[in-house]
Amino acid sequence: MKVFRIISRSIRDSFKSIFRNFSLSMASVICTTITLILVAIAIILTINVNNVTKTLEQELTIVVYVKRDTSDERVKEIEKAIGKIDNVKETVYKSKEEWKVEMKNYSDILNTTLDYLSTNPLLDSFVITVDDVNDLAPTAKEIRKLQDIESANYGEGMVEEIISVFSVVKNATFGMVIALVIVTAFLISNTIKLTIFSRRSEIEIMRLVGSSNIAIKLPFIFEGFLLGVIGSFIPIIITIYGYIIAYEKFSTTSALSIVELVKPIPFVFWTSLALLVIGAVVGMFGSARAVRKYLKI
Amino acid sequence: MKFIQIKNCYKVYKNGVAAVADLTLDIDKGEFVFVIGASGSGKSTLIKMLYREEKPTKGDVLIGGINVGKLRNGTVFKLRRKLGIVFQDFKLLPKLTVYENVAFALECMGLKNSEIRPKVIKALEHVGLKDKIRSFPNELSGGEQQRVCIARAIVNEPKLLICDEPTGNLDPKTSKGIMEVLETINKDLGTTIIMATHDKDIVNRMKKRVIVLDSGVLAEDHMKGSYKASESV
Repeated sequence: MKVFRIISRSIRDSFKSIFRNFSLSMASVICTTITLILVAIAIILTINVNNVTKTLEQELTIVVYVKRDTSDERVKEIEKAIGKIDNVKETVYKSKEEWKVEMKNYSDILNTTLDYLSTNPLLDSFVITVDDVNDLAPTAKEIRKLQDIESANYGEGMVEEIISVFSVVKNATFGMVIALVIVTAFLISNTIKLTIFSRRSEIEIMRLVGSSNIAIKLPFIFEGFLLGVIGSFIPIIITIYGYIIAYEKFSTTSALSIVELVKPIPFVFWTSLALLVIGAVVGMFGSARAVRKYLKI
Repeated sequence: MKFIQIKNCYKVYKNGVAAVADLTLDIDKGEFVFVIGASGSGKSTLIKMLYREEKPTKGDVLIGGINVGKLRNGTVFKLRRKLGIVFQDFKLLPKLTVYENVAFALECMGLKNSEIRPKVIKALEHVGLKDKIRSFPNELSGGEQQRVCIARAIVNEPKLLICDEPTGNLDPKTSKGIMEVLETINKDLGTTIIMATHDKDIVNRMKKRVIVLDSGVLAEDHMKGSYKASESV
């Protein structure tokens, strides 16, 4: 019961303290708000860059052509064999007739040329999507080993370049989020340190009248938690409304239609939750770290 | 066994200053003791060692059989809950009311509100400030602030009250009032009081035990002593 009383009093005192040290509390809240806005922007950018690269990665396929005059049974066997290869996600069969129709529709010249020919010069094929685009080359090599395969191509050379650019972009944005979270932690922690520095006499008095270290720390930890939570409100509102507006702008502007943003719901809610948690946790730990300095006897 | 025993106690600060040297002293339960001496004589260091703000470099400080110097940092609060400390600069929390300042010491101990209230009212009655419970420290005079500090110190009914120049910032008339409060506490509650002071008038008038420190050494110890004219103030 004693423990509950001490905890409930700590919560009460943390609320009181926020109002009684209003200007310092505001300084902490504003600092948290500004840094969390930056973190929100970084998270939104990272997730969307990842989304775009993922979408583009899905477009990377291996096109396998089967040798001319391969029987239908053999084509089915090949399809099965390809399906068994590691890293193959999906195999879509496309007959030479389908290719012909597609090519004829593509341009008038091709249409005339293909009509002129008495036989279909095209080959039956499979379009293969893979689990990991980094392993496109070994997978294509594996497919080429099969019998009755004319070719298995995936855009050698260019694809490797695209993939390496993707990985650099992904790592860079991820690094940016981590760096920003660390910067936020330091900024919030230092602001709280300043506010606690001005209250060091209060801590000294608490110690002198017989408060245990944990009883001294608790109100400050709750206060840090509350300031972090309050500081995350504005970034959360900006994230929710800002992102929904940006999403609508992007999807209605035809010039930007190749870039598809992550759908706002539930994305904005997860981002908001992340901001709330970062604010609260950083506030708590920042306070605990700052008070510890004044508890040494 | 004596209530407070200080045995061959030394305190040397990190900068090499020897504040207390080979101090041996016994104080009985219920005594009222003045610790006097010039600035730098070791009064404050002795007081700080009693409430374990400083640790003796050598020797022992025992209060009620507990070796205060050997307490771990994490358990010092248990000692402080059994003591009352009164400071020259009052050390009140400016943003808490008089009632909250006094109740604060009991809240730290996790007492119920229903237990805290009568104790706080009683302590404030003792110091004559019952009608100021809703005031904030900056609305009080120096003497009143010191009374709040005393109320906070006695609210948990300590066996020992340590006063570090409690009248240092007060005028003679107010100081007299504070001393009357301390004397009543000593008589009525049987609280042992150790008070470091510079105030010649108070020491001479009260006729209590006087311990004189000089350069950290026990120079004199009189049972009904007074502030000699030769002592530097």
